[in-house]
Amino acid sequence: MSPQAVVPPVPASTDPSLLRSFCIIAHIDHGKSTLADRMLQATGVVTPREMKAQYLDRMDIERERGITIKSQAVRMPWGMGGTDYALNMIDTPGHVDFTYEVSRSLAACEGALLLVDAAQGIEAQTLANLYLAMENDLTIIPVLNKIDLPAAQPEKYAEELGNLIGEDPDRVLRVSGKTGEGVEALLDRIVEEIPAPVGNAGEASRAMIFDSVFDTYRGVVTYVRVVDGDLKPRERIKMMSTGAEHELLEIGVISPEPKPTKGLGVGEVGYLITGVKDVRQSRVGDTVTAAHKGATEELGGYEDPKPMVFSGLFPIDGSDYPALRDALEKLQLNDAALVWEPETSAALGFGFRCGFLGLLHLEITRERLEREFDLALISTAPSVSYDVTLEDGTETVVTNPSEFPEGKIKEIREPMVSATVLAPSEFVGAIMELCQSKRGQLGGMDYLSEDRVELRYRLPLAEIVLDFFDQLKSRTKGYASLDWKAEGQEAADLVKVDLLLQGERVDAFSAITHKDKAYSYGVMMAGKLKDLIPRQQFEVPIQAAIGSRIIARENIRAMRKDVLSKCYGGDISRKRKLLEKQKEGKKRMKMVGRVEVPQEAFVAALSSDSSGEKKK
Amino acid sequence: MPALRDGEPAPADGLLPPSAVAGAAERQFSLYVHVPFCSVRCGYCDFNTYTALELGQDVSQEAYHRDAEQEIRFADSVLRATGAPRRALSTVFFGGGTPTRLAAADLVSVLTTARETFGITTTAEVTTEANPDSVTLEDLQTLSDGGFTRVSFGMQSAVPHVLETLDRTHDPRNVGPVVQWAKQAGLSVSVDLIYGTPGESVADWEQSLQEAISYEPEHISAYSLIVEDGTKMAAAMRRGEIPMIDPDDQAEKYERADALLGQAGYQWYEISNWSRAAQGRTAAQNRSAHNLAYWHNQDWWGIGPGAHSHVGGVRWWNRKHPVPYTNAVRDGISPAAGRESLDAGTQLFERIMLETRTVDGLPISVLQESERHEVAGLVAEGLIEGRAAIAGQVVLTLKGRLLGDAVVRRLVPQLS
Repeated sequence: MSPQAVVPPVPASTDPSLLRSFCIIAHIDHGKSTLADRMLQATGVVTPREMKAQYLDRMDIERERGITIKSQAVRMPWGMGGTDYALNMIDTPGHVDFTYEVSRSLAACEGALLLVDAAQGIEAQTLANLYLAMENDLTIIPVLNKIDLPAAQPEKYAEELGNLIGEDPDRVLRVSGKTGEGVEALLDRIVEEIPAPVGNAGEASRAMIFDSVFDTYRGVVTYVRVVDGDLKPRERIKMMSTGAEHELLEIGVISPEPKPTKGLGVGEVGYLITGVKDVRQSRVGDTVTAAHKGATEELGGYEDPKPMVFSGLFPIDGSDYPALRDALEKLQLNDAALVWEPETSAALGFGFRCGFLGLLHLEITRERLEREFDLALISTAPSVSYDVTLEDGTETVVTNPSEFPEGKIKEIREPMVSATVLAPSEFVGAIMELCQSKRGQLGGMDYLSEDRVELRYRLPLAEIVLDFFDQLKSRTKGYASLDWKAEGQEAADLVKVDLLLQGERVDAFSAITHKDKAYSYGVMMAGKLKDLIPRQQFEVPIQAAIGSRIIARENIRAMRKDVLSKCYGGDISRKRKLLEKQKEGKKRMKMVGRVEVPQEAFVAALSSDSSGEKKK
Repeated sequence: MPALRDGEPAPADGLLPPSAVAGAAERQFSLYVHVPFCSVRCGYCDFNTYTALELGQDVSQEAYHRDAEQEIRFADSVLRATGAPRRALSTVFFGGGTPTRLAAADLVSVLTTARETFGITTTAEVTTEANPDSVTLEDLQTLSDGGFTRVSFGMQSAVPHVLETLDRTHDPRNVGPVVQWAKQAGLSVSVDLIYGTPGESVADWEQSLQEAISYEPEHISAYSLIVEDGTKMAAAMRRGEIPMIDPDDQAEKYERADALLGQAGYQWYEISNWSRAAQGRTAAQNRSAHNLAYWHNQDWWGIGPGAHSHVGGVRWWNRKHPVPYTNAVRDGISPAAGRESLDAGTQLFERIMLETRTVDGLPISVLQESERHEVAGLVAEGLIEGRAAIAGQVVLTLKGRLLGDAVVRRLVPQLS
């Protein structure tokens, strides 16, 4: 007997009591997308033939990295006890950079599946989202995935999950996204346990935007959850945060392709198309209402996206600057959190100072620019936003080290984060040592189970954005997981370190660091540059300086010999080709004063990985 | 040297485009004969050379001169068919490998065939390279009698431990006597030296220079050791068994060479070559006319496996291995493996690259407008001679010779 719905409830006329909305909270590689695929199949929304692995993750990068950047919502029919229900599965982003988007997705649900890899246990990121879900009063259904793996320890992790959410370990569901085992039972559990949405059908319409994506053919596609009233095609709607009005050109549900409907009623989840071309006109967290006799009060929880990490993006070929601008504009259509402004660097030329939600957001943006728009880019070391107060009381915000004020500084405040690290207890010492070296303050420590520990730290964001995560992983053999969220500011003893080539400051290498780390940064960068910059016809001193005080120096000796001593008949073609190549290579050199610096030197010096040092 | 992989395929008949022979009467014509045999392969050597006497399919050191002569006749037929004017040879050069692995009579036989095929000018320079250990006075006399005018000995170093690092088997004490024999036989003499070998001190290098000078050859070449990929020495360096080449050490030794040779009356005329007035000839007359033909973009035909040729802006190179080379020659088809036709921009590029190497230099007038403005800067930086620049020539200073490639990169046009 197939449990698939016989007569699926029709959108716009579904009784809210037949609706169930849920999301899946899971760590990156714990199999969320595979399980979602299985549910699409089990409910008959996708036939096995149509199945594309990880159907919901559309972008190539998402599929390659196995992570979800943008969420989507799928409506699935499910029959149980003779009644046909409609389940809304809202796929949430799985990374720390997108906490706000996660919070909005959660706000669109009544329940959440807490999905944990039965071979790995819960991770810090999952824990953070679980707290978020509990804060939103969602019903949590704990699920262990990948029970087919030989390394699975379902007993152990069921115990851990049970303890965590105060549930009997026997109630923890066991599924395999790979084989499909347990998926039907899970769907039944969703219907049984997750509450139906509650809303007032008679009131002015209010729907919350939980995602907004740009589609080349359709313009912006906005995903909403209707809370009160209903939305109908051709209706004029209003975005309450901006007051902007649009006509509803199309309204529908995803199942799993977009299907236009006669509208969306209380508790329903679907999409809107208004013809706008820019996701910033349809912001996540905003409330949609009717333009005429609409609601007067917004649904709570809307926040402007706030960039936390800043980096300069420069085209390697200066003539790509307009192309980079176009590409950023296109990405912004789909990414309301991406902000940028033009930046000019003496060393790197024209580019853009970009603000990101976090490091992954930066990496993904950069990768998309390079891959989808075929741009070769240099990105400067990630920086954070500092509030600087000068002696004369002037206050400035510095997101770019090269804008660091020259005058007497009274105070600098830097953004702080509260970080949670989960790891096997054997690594506690190593983690504490690392956090200590990153100026962390221990907030608390708890044992999740006998051998797993949660450590809470307050850390400067600037320390996190460099290589904290890589170091954490390497010191814990990859077992530690990290979550963090912004938490205020703190005054700190910070200085700007400049790098000088032949006395000329190279703005791209300036960095704001803690006073105690300025020296090691200076020595490290001067050493790196000495290895990366080829010898010139003259001697090139490299200095690291705080203001006018030199803290480190290196010297590139003048090149004395650059000539092929033998050039007879058989050497000529080869020699010419070599010189042609070298001449061509000069085009890609950036001039710092008289010093020719190859692009690769900038790229290597700015790359955060420390492999350059290891090679020495 | 590594084979050039790109380039166009060469036609089987070897025929050249008519453009290659246009104006040929104005250019000198030279012959290079490659002898791809050695008794041992030196650790630093990446030349096209073989130590086996028999390479199979009747290809051998013994038979080689007949195949070389066959290609000489083939060259003549190609040039005739392409419509080239008949030009007597201005220079002939036998290089290797070790040409003196062939019997002196075989070398003479090849030269005789070349003379009979193309003719040779009365003042022609005819050189062979020679290993100091493998020639006798009789050999040298045979060569001189057969029309050779010049011999170039691969001395490399006077210091046994340096020779050992280079895998050179000759006894350094033999160089003095063979130079005297060559002079006795009426040959003009050049001595080749190598500097910058790992483990060679500056004092070692000065000793080599002093000894070479003491033999009073008309001509001395001094090359920095180049460690090419794929050689035994490169592998030993990678394994850390011998130290890496230090370009600063080589620069210092070049400066020492220029100073000591200058004091002994030798004048530099190309990056790595010096000559002196002797035997009633001026220093300029004792320069290597054959090598100058390369640097002045004259025409030459390279005979033998892997040999390169240039005729009127067309360059080609023969198959490297003696067996396929020989098969092609015996079948009467071109042994070329590939070739390239240089456009005007590339020809200018090469002219700048080659002529700046020489003491006569490069006329500033041939530079393109955009590169001509570099000249003042090069004078200011001490890389080219100010006096010569005012007279319209780019001539490298001592410092400029050591940075010759940097100068060339600034003067050549940007190729599209």
